[in-house]
Amino acid sequence: MTHTIATQINSLLAALILLSAFALLAQRKIMGLVHIFAWQGLLLALSTAVIGYASGEHHLYISSLLTLGMKVILLPYILYKLVHKLKIHRDIEAVVNVPTTMLLGIILVVFSYHLTAPIRELSNLMTRSTLAVALATIMLGMLMMVTRRHAVTQILGFLAMENGLFFAATSATYGMPMVVELGVALDLLIAAFIFGIFFFHINTTFESLDVEQMAKLKETD
Amino acid sequence: MPAPLDIAGFSVLLLLVLAVAAPLLRSVRTLQITLAFSLAAVASMAAVVAGGMTVADGSVASAAMTLGIPGLPFHLRLDPLAGFFLVVIGLMGFFVSIYSIGYVKGYGGQRSMTQMICFYTLFLAGMLLVVLADDAYFFLVAWELMAAASYFLVMYEDEKGENRRAAFLYLLIAHVGALAILLAFGVMAGQSGRPVFDGYTFDAMRTAQLTPGWAAAAFFLAFFGFAAKAGVIPLHVWLPEAHPVAPSNISALMSGVMLKTSIYGICRFAFDFIKIFPWWWGGIVLVLGLISAVMGVLYALMQHDLKRLLAYHSVENIGIILIGLGLSMIFAAFHLPTLAALALVAALYHTLNHAVFKGLLFMGAGAVLHATHERNMEEMGGLIHRMPWTAPLFLVGCVSISALPPFNGFVSEWLTFQAFLLSPSLPHPLLKLLIPLGAAMLALTGALAAACFVKVFGVVFLGQWRGHQKPERIHEVGPSMRAGMLLASISCLLLGIFPTWVIGWLDTIPEQLCGGRLAESAGKFGWMWLTPIAHGRASYSGPMVFIGILAVVAVTWLLLHAHATSSRRVPVWDCGFARLTPRMQYTASAFSMPIRRVLGFLFAVREQVEVVPHTNHPSLPGSLQYRLRIRDRFWNWLYVPQGDAAYWIARQVGRLQQGRIQIYLLYSFVTLIVLLVFLG
Repeated sequence: MTHTIATQINSLLAALILLSAFALLAQRKIMGLVHIFAWQGLLLALSTAVIGYASGEHHLYISSLLTLGMKVILLPYILYKLVHKLKIHRDIEAVVNVPTTMLLGIILVVFSYHLTAPIRELSNLMTRSTLAVALATIMLGMLMMVTRRHAVTQILGFLAMENGLFFAATSATYGMPMVVELGVALDLLIAAFIFGIFFFHINTTFESLDVEQMAKLKETD
Repeated sequence: MPAPLDIAGFSVLLLLVLAVAAPLLRSVRTLQITLAFSLAAVASMAAVVAGGMTVADGSVASAAMTLGIPGLPFHLRLDPLAGFFLVVIGLMGFFVSIYSIGYVKGYGGQRSMTQMICFYTLFLAGMLLVVLADDAYFFLVAWELMAAASYFLVMYEDEKGENRRAAFLYLLIAHVGALAILLAFGVMAGQSGRPVFDGYTFDAMRTAQLTPGWAAAAFFLAFFGFAAKAGVIPLHVWLPEAHPVAPSNISALMSGVMLKTSIYGICRFAFDFIKIFPWWWGGIVLVLGLISAVMGVLYALMQHDLKRLLAYHSVENIGIILIGLGLSMIFAAFHLPTLAALALVAALYHTLNHAVFKGLLFMGAGAVLHATHERNMEEMGGLIHRMPWTAPLFLVGCVSISALPPFNGFVSEWLTFQAFLLSPSLPHPLLKLLIPLGAAMLALTGALAAACFVKVFGVVFLGQWRGHQKPERIHEVGPSMRAGMLLASISCLLLGIFPTWVIGWLDTIPEQLCGGRLAESAGKFGWMWLTPIAHGRASYSGPMVFIGILAVVAVTWLLLHAHATSSRRVPVWDCGFARLTPRMQYTASAFSMPIRRVLGFLFAVREQVEVVPHTNHPSLPGSLQYRLRIRDRFWNWLYVPQGDAAYWIARQVGRLQQGRIQIYLLYSFVTLIVLLVFLG
C-alpha cells in the first residue's frame, strides 16, 4: 500500500468521523447515540491503525487496539447498561432544535478549516488535511454538550470531544507518546465510572437526568 | 560581654521557645502564667540591653541565617535605628509582661491561658524581628507574624460579636497595608538593578539608584502601608474598634509599641533606603501628621469609653510623631542636617515617650477595668478612694500625655516645637505658610489633650461613684500590676527629667540617618540644661523644674498641715438642694459639650432629648432621657461607599452564575472560540 492510498483511506475515514459527529448532533434517541459513538470509536481505531501502518510508527497499533477496547466495546457497554438500569430510553430534549444545531455545526467546521489552513501549509505529514476534521469533531462535541439537556448526552459529547482530541493527536504528530496515551485511556475509564456514580445520584435526587433541574441548586438572594 | 546582635537573637529565641513550650505547662496554671510572663520580661530586658548598647556605640552588626527557602537566606541587621526600636519594644514588653502576671490571672479559670501566652510571646517576637529584619522577605514574614498574633489577641474574648468584627476590621486594614508595603519593596527591588532575587535585601535597596518617579512610588506605597498600621487618619478606623476589645495588656502593647513599628518602617524607607527626596514628601507627612493629631484628639474628647478614648489618643500621638518626622524630612531635603537631626530626635523621643505613657495609661485602664468590670466612664467615679495606687500612677500618665513638665511628654513636644520655631530659615514660600499653621495646630492639640485628660481623671477617679454595683466591692489591683505601672511611671519621670542624657544616647541615629548631630549643642551646659540648638534661643532644665514643682508641693502641703486646725472636714455645701446624689455630678459628655458645640461639624453627632411625662399629671415632666451618639465621619465618607461598591460589583459578577450547566459550558466554548479567533 503506498502513501497515497493510505492518505486517501485516512481522508475517507476522517470524513466518516465528521459524519458521525454530525449524526451525534442529529440523533434524538439515547440508544442511537450510544451506537453512533461506538461507530465513531471504530472509525477512529481504523484510522489510527492505517496511520500506524503507513508511517511505520508501530506503537500506533497499540493505541488503535486500546481505542477499540475502550471506545468501541467498554464505554458503550457501560453506557448501554446504565441506560437500561435507569430506564431512560425516551427521546432527549434539546435546548436548541436540531436543524439550528446542524447549521451551527457547519459554521464550526468551516471555522476549523479556516483555522487550520496555515498549519496545512506548513506541515508535511500525510495526515495534515485531517487536522481540520479533528478540530471540528472537538467543537461539535462541545456544541453537543451545550445544546443538549440530558446528562447522558453531555457525557457522550464529552467523549466525542475526547475522540476528536485523540484524532488531532494522531493526525498532527502521529500520536502522543505511549505513556500519555495509556494515562489518557485510564483517565477516561475512571471518568466513566465517576459519571456512572453521578448519574445515579442525580437521578435519585431529582428523579430525572435532565440537567436543567440542577439550576434549583443555585442560591437565590 | 556578648555582641548586641547575639543578645537580641537570644531574646527572640527565648520568646519563640516560650510560645512552643507554654502548652506543656497548661495543667499547672499559676506556674504557667508566672513563669511565662517572667521569662517574657527577661527576654524583653535582653532586647533593651542589646538595643541600648547598639545605640550607645553606633555600631552596626549583621548576620544571615540559612533558614526558609533555599537560596533566600534571612538577613538580620542591628543598627542604631533598629536598636532604638528594640529598646522601645523591650522596655514596654518588660513593663507589660510584669503587669500581665496579675492581669491575666483576673480571667480566672474561664479562658485558655496557653492561647494568651503563645500569641503574646509570638507577638513580641514578631515585633522584635520586624526591626531586626534586613531583607524584604524576612521583614514581611515578621510583619505578618506580628499582625496575625495580634489579631488572635484582639479576638481573645471571641464569644462577643463586637470583638470578632473589630478583629476582622483590624486584619483587613493590616493586610491592605501589608500589600502596599510588599508593592513598595517590589518597586525598590525591581529598581535596584540587581538580578531578580538579589534585589530583595535591604542592602540592595540602600544602594539602588531610583528615578524620582519610582522613588516617590516606593515611598508613598510604603507610607500608605505603614500609615494603615499606625492608624494615620483616615486609615485609623480599626484602632478605636480593636483597642477597646483587646485585653488591656495587649492594648498597651499594640498602642504603645506595635504602632511604632510603622514609624520604624517610615524612617527606614525615607532616611535609609531613599535618602535623597524632594521636600514635598516631608510636607505630605507633616500635613497628615497634623490632621491626625488634631482630629485624633478631638475624637478622643468625644469618647466616654475609657479604652476607646485612649485609642484615639494613639492616633493623635502618632500624628505628633509624624509631624516630627515630616519636619525632619523637610530639613533634610533642604540640606540642614542639624535641624533635621533635631526634628528626628524629637520624633524618636516622642516615640519612646508615647510608648511608655500610653502603655502606662492602658495598663491603668486595664486596672480600672479589672477592678470595676466597666469601660464606660459615665459609670465610674471616685476611684481614687478605692484604688490609691492606680489613681496617682494613672495621673502620671495623664500629665505625661498632656505634655506638662516635669514628665516626658513635655520634653518631646517641646522639641517638636523647637523644630517648628527654627523653620523660618526654610526657603520655600508654601512652607512659610504651612509651618506657623502647623505650630498653632500642634499647640491646639496639646491643649485639647490636656482638656481630655482632665475629663478622664476627673470623671474616673474624682467625685463619687456613679455605677450600679456597690463601690465597696471595688478593690485595688495586685502587686504585679502595680509594679508594672509603677515602673512605667518612674520611666516617665526619668525620661522627663534627664532629656540631655537621652539625647546624648540617641545621637548616633541622626548622625547615621541625616548626617547631623545634636548632642554637642544640646548638652553644652551639662545634664541640667537642655539647649537643642543654641543657648540663646531656648533652654529647658528638667531637674530644675522638677525640684521647683517638688518645692511648691512641699510648701503647700506644709502650709496646709502646719496646724491641726488648718484643714477641716465638713459636709459638702449642696447649694440649697436637700439631697445630693452622685448623678448630679459633672459627666464626661457634659465636660466635652462646649467643644462638641463649637466643632460639632467635624463629627456625625446625633443628640436626642426625650421628655417622659410624669405619671400623675401629663403636663408635668417626669424624667428626661438624653441620648448622644457620636460617630466617626470617615466611616461614612470612606469606608461605607467602598463596602457598598464591593457588594455591588459582587452582585453584578454573581449574575454570571446562572445555575444552568449549559450556560457554564457555553462560557468555556465561547472563550475557546474567541481565543482561537484572536490568537489562532
